[in-house]
Amino acid sequence: MAEFLQIHEPGETPMPHADDNVAVGIDLGTTNSLVAIAHDSAPEILRGSDGRGMVPSVVAYLDDEVIVGAGARPVLLDEPERVVASIKRLMGRGVEDLKTLGGKLPYDVDEAASKGGMVRLSIAGRSLTPVEISADILRALKVRAEEALDRDVDKAVITVPAYFDDAARAATKDAAKLAGLETLRLVNEPTAAALAYGLDKDVEGLYAVYDFGGGTFDISLLRMEMGVFQVLATGGDAQLGGDDLDHVVAEHFLAERTKELSDDGELTTTEVKNALMTARLAKECLTDQDQGKWMLGMDGQPTEHSLDRARFNDLISDIVDRTIKLSRDVLLEADIMPDEVKGVVLVGGSTRVPLVRERVAGLFGQEPLADINPDEVVALGAALQAEALTAGSNALLLDVTPLSLGIETMGGMVEKVIHRNTPIPVAKAQEFTTYKDGQTAMAIHALQGEREMADQNRSLARFELRGIPAMVAGAARIKVMFSVDADGLLTVSASEESTGLEAQVEVKPSYGLNDDDMARMLRESMQHGRSDMMERLLAEARVEGARMLLAFESALEVDGDLLEGDEKNLINRRIDELRSAMAGDDRDVINTAVDTLNKTTEGFASRRMDRDIRKALAGSSVEDIDGELANPEA
Amino acid sequence: MSSNDNHKGEGHIHTHQDSPCWSCRGSVDQRAPFCHACGMIQAPRPGDEFQRLGMKADFDLDPKDLEKRYFAFQRKFHPDRFATKTSREKQLSLQHATDLNEAYDRLKAPLSRAEALLESKGAGKQDQARTESDPELLMEAMESREALADAETADEVAKLEARTRMEVEVSEEALSVAFAADDLEGATNIVTRLKYLLKLLQETSRKRLSLHN
Repeated sequence: MAEFLQIHEPGETPMPHADDNVAVGIDLGTTNSLVAIAHDSAPEILRGSDGRGMVPSVVAYLDDEVIVGAGARPVLLDEPERVVASIKRLMGRGVEDLKTLGGKLPYDVDEAASKGGMVRLSIAGRSLTPVEISADILRALKVRAEEALDRDVDKAVITVPAYFDDAARAATKDAAKLAGLETLRLVNEPTAAALAYGLDKDVEGLYAVYDFGGGTFDISLLRMEMGVFQVLATGGDAQLGGDDLDHVVAEHFLAERTKELSDDGELTTTEVKNALMTARLAKECLTDQDQGKWMLGMDGQPTEHSLDRARFNDLISDIVDRTIKLSRDVLLEADIMPDEVKGVVLVGGSTRVPLVRERVAGLFGQEPLADINPDEVVALGAALQAEALTAGSNALLLDVTPLSLGIETMGGMVEKVIHRNTPIPVAKAQEFTTYKDGQTAMAIHALQGEREMADQNRSLARFELRGIPAMVAGAARIKVMFSVDADGLLTVSASEESTGLEAQVEVKPSYGLNDDDMARMLRESMQHGRSDMMERLLAEARVEGARMLLAFESALEVDGDLLEGDEKNLINRRIDELRSAMAGDDRDVINTAVDTLNKTTEGFASRRMDRDIRKALAGSSVEDIDGELANPEA
Repeated sequence: MSSNDNHKGEGHIHTHQDSPCWSCRGSVDQRAPFCHACGMIQAPRPGDEFQRLGMKADFDLDPKDLEKRYFAFQRKFHPDRFATKTSREKQLSLQHATDLNEAYDRLKAPLSRAEALLESKGAGKQDQARTESDPELLMEAMESREALADAETADEVAKLEARTRMEVEVSEEALSVAFAADDLEGATNIVTRLKYLLKLLQETSRKRLSLHN
């Protein structure tokens, strides 16, 4: 490319060369990926020589070659073991996560190499992580961009699902690094879609982004004002997608077929696959047409199935309603009435289904916006943000963290430090204290999710703060600080306030939570809200009981001689009662046992107090008294 | 920029002391976020939430004005503005943007705004601890809890909720009056009461929702 020579005075900072600052926007999708670029706020999809914008997110590993995209598909027919698809589902996941998905995974997991860390797949004699495979896709997109622009490209804005957790975000950034791309920013997919609409039309007001893809559903609410894009709330279900629509139609066809053939034998995998493919065709066909006829079992016993729009709508109604309910929940959470929403942006292939558009229109009382191709809108928005970050912009994007962050406390509970939908970047600190006398180390376990109990949430990182000076239980002041940056990535640090002792970790787990987990966790958190609360209360009661027992035992050790004969028997009986109450599941019984024990030991406690005061007067150090006084109170 | 005359915060005795820019070593006014000489972003200076958003430390504020300032400052400091800069600049912008989010979040809601204002005016935590054991308030809290526990229908709970909401509004207005008269002790008392009222409000709406389901 010919350029004018630029002459600078010595010491003068040259304006950055426009070309040095080129950055692309990448939509790294589960099924398809796209790359786009923007000039002067006009974004454009970069297409291949065949004119197609979408690159299937499929990678074939041949002996001396890696093929990405449409070219990898033919390999699937002859050597399926060399081909990987939908790798995005495994980003940031550990091998433990895969087990919960059962044997249905289309991946050959390299169990030995995956142990205790990131998943590895065995593909044609190689052992590859999802990060490496995603990097291959990103490399192909980089090459596509370089060919289209006839220049090097090494910077990108990459989009991720709004519900992507810390591990998946970190994995995406790692993949970009591997592919030779600097990630200028990770942007949430719905937010990118809003950018594509917003900057294009100079809109003002409240907007909803309804993102119904192949496997996930995301709903986000944004306010656009004075060039500021402010995400107010985000929600969704990543186990809800266009695939589910195919499933219900396929089930309907198969039920008809079974009835017609009077064949109640078990279905073969081929039959199911065939039915799903036919169902998908039917779904796409019924987008434009009112009815159609499809055949199943072309090879053996063919059956004919007709389906019209009305029956199709009946079949998928429940699924579509779930997306509407989730949309309503997010509106409620943000305290916004549907009629306050000025426009609804549609994203994802599933929003082409007429019933989806109808229900969305019904909820918001207006026709949704669909004038930008829903398959391309995310990449276009990413390209706009890439231009804004490099060439500068007056617009400003303020996003939120999609899931709550917290740490595990005694009894396996979670104390939330940063709540979901908090604007990022954010830093919040919370103080914790020691549980036992003389405790010198504290385990910090960072978690992500909405549930009350630690094991129901996503584990992000564990580390230990050591060297806490030995103090009485409850005296140490451990400050745990959570910081989330503009990419949504978390850093945790902990310090003991009275000594200044510090430990810091970049939360970079070997695996993380995927969309499905996140959706499941969110859904369960709503379903189990009540039982969670009960579980939490029970755990709290048990902790209280355990603390009481511990305190009493250490008091006995020191001042056991202050007990009188009968008193000792009575107290022992109360202790047994508390122990058996704690083994049970009734928190009221536990609380009562704690109260009773407390009352029974009142006399003992006051005699101890007397002795302590006498000791103190006799010259014991203040710390000693504190230590012993703390016990009867507990 | 004029300094806050009525402000007696500790960090403000030497308002115009200069410190060197980390990049060009030139002298920078201690409160300037960018170097006068090289334009480089500086570390956030100590200061309260009001100062961060360039506002007078006042309880009464126009939410629109607050938001406008927040946006204007974020436009300057947000990490998106520093995406192609050095890691030191990125780090500093992250600190600024984090502080701004916190300041905006605190000043938005009346209760946290009142607390921020009391802190900036040097009203100690001991005052709060003292009012938290105010017997009259404790009695009132106990009675409301009982009323809530006794309420059996969603309607009854809704009534309690409406009443609490009204009391919240009354308290917020009282806060405005107390601060206008520079009555910090009065404001501290209202803050304690408001905290309890908001907690009660949360409990009532939770109970109403559970009765609905």
